Amino acid sequence: MGDYAYAAPATVDSTVELLSSSASSGTRTQVLAGGTDVLVQMRSIDRGPRLIVDVKQLAETNVLSIGEDEIYIGAAIPSAILNENAELKSKLPGLIESADLIGSTQIQGRASIGGNLCNSSPAGDTIPALIANSAVCHIVGADGERDVPVEDFVTGVGTNCMADHEFLLGLRVPAPKGNTGDAYLRFIPRTEMDIAVAGAGVRLTLDDSGTCTAARVGIGAVAPTALLVSEAGDALIGTQVDDDALNAAAAACSAAASPISDKRGTVEYRIKVVGVLCKRAGAIARDRAKGS
Amino acid sequence: MAEAVDLKAIGTRPVRPDGVEKVTGRANFGADLNLPGMLHGKILRSPHAHARIKSIDLSGALAVDGVLAAISGEDIPGGGDLGDNVLANEKVLYHGHAVAAVAATSAYIAEQALDQIQVEYEVLNPVLSIDDAIADGATLVNESQHTNGDTSQPASNIAAITKFERGDIDKGFAEAAVVAEGEFRVPTAHQGYIEPHACTATINEEGKATVWCCTQGQFDVRSMTANCLDKQVSDIRVIPSEIGGGFGGKTTIYLEPVAVKLSEISGRPVKMVMSREEVFRATGPTSATLCRVKVGAKSDGTITAATAWLAYEAGAYPGAPVGPGCMSVLAPYELENFKIEGHDVLVNKPKVAAYRAPGAPQSMHAMECAIDDLARKLEMDPIELRLKNAADEGTIAPYGPQFPAIGLRACLEAAKVHPNYTTPPAEGQGRGVAVGFWFNIGMQSSAEIRIAENGAVTIMEGSPDIGGSRASMCLMAAETLGIPYENINAHVGDTEATGYCNTTGGSRTTFATGMAVIEACEDIIAQCKERAALTWDLDVNQVDWEDGQAVPKPGVNADVKPLSLADIARSAGRTGGPLLGRASLNAQGPGASFSVNWTDVEVDRETGKVDVMAFTGVQDAGRAIHPSYVEGQMQGGAVQGLGWALNEEYIYDANGVMENAGFLDYRVPVTSDMPMIDTQIVEVPNPSHPYGVRGVGETPIVAPLAATSNAVRDALGFRINDLPLSPPRVLAAIDENE
Ligand SMILES: Cc1cc2nc3c(=O)[nH]c(=O)nc-3n(C[C@H](O)[C@H](O)[C@H](O)COP(=O)(O)OP(=O)(O)OC[C@H]3O[C@@H](n4cnc5c(N)ncnc54)[C@H](O)[C@@H]3O)c2cc1C
Repeated sequence: MGDYAYAAPATVDSTVELLSSSASSGTRTQVLAGGTDVLVQMRSIDRGPRLIVDVKQLAETNVLSIGEDEIYIGAAIPSAILNENAELKSKLPGLIESADLIGSTQIQGRASIGGNLCNSSPAGDTIPALIANSAVCHIVGADGERDVPVEDFVTGVGTNCMADHEFLLGLRVPAPKGNTGDAYLRFIPRTEMDIAVAGAGVRLTLDDSGTCTAARVGIGAVAPTALLVSEAGDALIGTQVDDDALNAAAAACSAAASPISDKRGTVEYRIKVVGVLCKRAGAIARDRAKGS
Repeated sequence: MAEAVDLKAIGTRPVRPDGVEKVTGRANFGADLNLPGMLHGKILRSPHAHARIKSIDLSGALAVDGVLAAISGEDIPGGGDLGDNVLANEKVLYHGHAVAAVAATSAYIAEQALDQIQVEYEVLNPVLSIDDAIADGATLVNESQHTNGDTSQPASNIAAITKFERGDIDKGFAEAAVVAEGEFRVPTAHQGYIEPHACTATINEEGKATVWCCTQGQFDVRSMTANCLDKQVSDIRVIPSEIGGGFGGKTTIYLEPVAVKLSEISGRPVKMVMSREEVFRATGPTSATLCRVKVGAKSDGTITAATAWLAYEAGAYPGAPVGPGCMSVLAPYELENFKIEGHDVLVNKPKVAAYRAPGAPQSMHAMECAIDDLARKLEMDPIELRLKNAADEGTIAPYGPQFPAIGLRACLEAAKVHPNYTTPPAEGQGRGVAVGFWFNIGMQSSAEIRIAENGAVTIMEGSPDIGGSRASMCLMAAETLGIPYENINAHVGDTEATGYCNTTGGSRTTFATGMAVIEACEDIIAQCKERAALTWDLDVNQVDWEDGQAVPKPGVNADVKPLSLADIARSAGRTGGPLLGRASLNAQGPGASFSVNWTDVEVDRETGKVDVMAFTGVQDAGRAIHPSYVEGQMQGGAVQGLGWALNEEYIYDANGVMENAGFLDYRVPVTSDMPMIDTQIVEVPNPSHPYGVRGVGETPIVAPLAATSNAVRDALGFRINDLPLSPPRVLAAIDENE
């Protein structure tokens, strides 16, 4: 590893100031939350010197509020804290499961949903679940605050829409109402400590007759970015979320996927499995919606 | 040989002498040594799988502030292929092949300096598979390599051909009512030891070097390093650290001559530690293989003939474990007609190294799959079929020797009545059975027994402890001396501190070094009897050694109190000086170890994922000195075999660059992937060992490959020949068969 500088500004304003000034001075700068991606990258693929700006000490990135209409999750909250929050888990079981899939107990002591999203890997586990849940990124920077839907946030493999002077404060997730359920499933060849070969998140709402009135499906690891598959959601709306509907949604996911063949799986494999995951996650989300 | 019923220490499960140091993090491993003024060495590696080196210019690196030495292949003058692998000379033979090295005041500076080394390559076509290597007109990995050294034939990528033949296979197959055959591929697998290779070296003005490193054999490191540097073994002292896994992979060297040379030039100690990526790209995994097997049997199950055509990737230099592959492939069976032919094939991949039962898992995967198919065709239970044909005492093994007492039949009988076998697999699951074998080795060991003034015993031996061998040495010493285990400590000495000892490998340590420890204990007993005789004024023939003390023989009229080891040690100064027992030997008759494994699997037909639901291993240990460590070997080997069967493989791109050089994508199983690995130890004592020990460390990895394949075959209703049974392969096969 080369030479590093570290700063942990005390306020959001001073953080934005530091990010802005170091960006304009040409200093390579990287925001740090839990560091479970950053530290690994620093020790392997990307060892050059840089300024590390730690945002996990800020009160604003640690806000967790569960409101009537909106659930707000601070960007730097470690997933261990989210996993242990019973209310959050009962409201957004799928999203929390996606956070709970990250790494191990040790990793989860630090790993954040914000970091997972900002790392912007095609295989980041929380991203499809966030998309399915219509989550919105709450971003702050030199030009003030702005909100960006998660499906528009990630722009490519490892890239996102934030400018050098911006960082993520938190995520706004619409609170589930009525008979709503969400679920996220990923496929890995092992049981844990692995990276998604494909992933699918589903959130849906049923009316009293069990008919689906709203549905969103996000898929991961099968394209350069996680995708919102509107056709898959549409295939569920108006149905009882039965096998036919789930198969139609699965087919929509497979059609939307544009994966590559690599060490983790072939194109054919990923296209097929992302559909299987959508189908299985959809069934879980349906059962949860019925139960709630 | 001692009878099992008489044994007091052997067969118990005490904590290991090195346990506290390890669980508290105090134990020192390869990378833990730091010396004043120490430099950090780093290696520049080839970006090409096959290329001619036209020039190397080190000056840019030497100009970097903080760099004190830089070397290339010409600085490693000896060692033949080994030296060429340590630092390449004329050609680079695989992606990651070491080309040059620097030593600098920090690891970061050393790494930056590597970028300043200019290497000019003429890129050559890489040879990346057995099929490519043996095809007509194949590019040659080594233009002067001729098969079996026969220069009357054109150069070839087939470095050697090994054959074992007996009887008349045509006649044998003509007698067969059923025949099973197939072509099976097993991918390259790495041992996956947790601790990367690491060493620190320093050399003084007299040319005397000291090397600290993690290794399975300090004496081999000494001789290999000496060869590479054209030095004498007596110029080098090698101090082995604790070892964080080896599984055969730490029986050779990569860094040591480089570190010594960099130290010689810089005048400073030099430390070198590989990254995980370097471990994958540039150390020796085991061979990828292509095996074609055929086996026939009469309708009563009697095997009449078998053939095996084996090709093993050696990597860039000759030396694939195809010989042991040939030895193992039919070892479990008594049959008259067979032909086994093995090929050692050069490819542009890292030179393979030993991996647990080197060569046996691959060839036996093929044959044990074919035997399973044979059982299906015969509608016979797979264990019954094997019992029908099992090798036994007196069988002439396919590779020549006549087996003494062996435990295959006992293992099969134990498996047949095991509750895990008599209970059928759960609904929807498939079960697969396979047999494993390893011949084991003996070779040279030395041991010294030193008795402290209070009677405490120190064993000084030379076998690095990779599987709990210190505990086993202490147990055998406790048994022989008749004293408590707790009074004994075992110490693995460096090359100057202990007598010569072959590398820990071939499952030889508990057998061979154990034998030396037992003999050294007998030496101590003889000395103690003499000291007691002197003290009591008796003839030494009138003294016995019982329960850890000298006593007058029954009928000898002497009014004396027994003398314990502590009593004798305390007064040793008056009876002839300190007590020191010793033994050195070349152990013969290691005794093969057989196993039977079966596993139940579940296959997700929509994703192709194979889940291992149950696994049982039955193995002959001869005598389990420390049963927990025997079980540990059985479980560890099973997990490595299951990992290889399910997901482990080297994935290369078209240019011969490994794409998964890390534990994220080189998928060894994690704990939650595995069921509890059930074990049952069978004990058919090895007649060549005082307590009946057979090596147990390698056999356990052999059968899981075929057992898993056979279980997936059972679950799916059709066979997938190649490994790994990774989800994409299994799903593609399901789609094809539907
Ligand atoms: C052993 C191990 C297992 C893992 N398993 C998984 C897994 O199963 N699934 C999975 O998806 N991931 C996995 N990961 C990756 C990683 O843990 C997750 O991506 C995690 O969520 C990252 O969160 P973090 O807080 O540690 O991010 P950091 O490492 O701190 O940051 C990640 C990236 O986001 C940027 N960043 C972080 N916070 C902000 C912010 N507030 N504003 C702007 N930019 C920011 C950083 O600059 C960096 O580029 C694993 C990692 C390890 C080491």
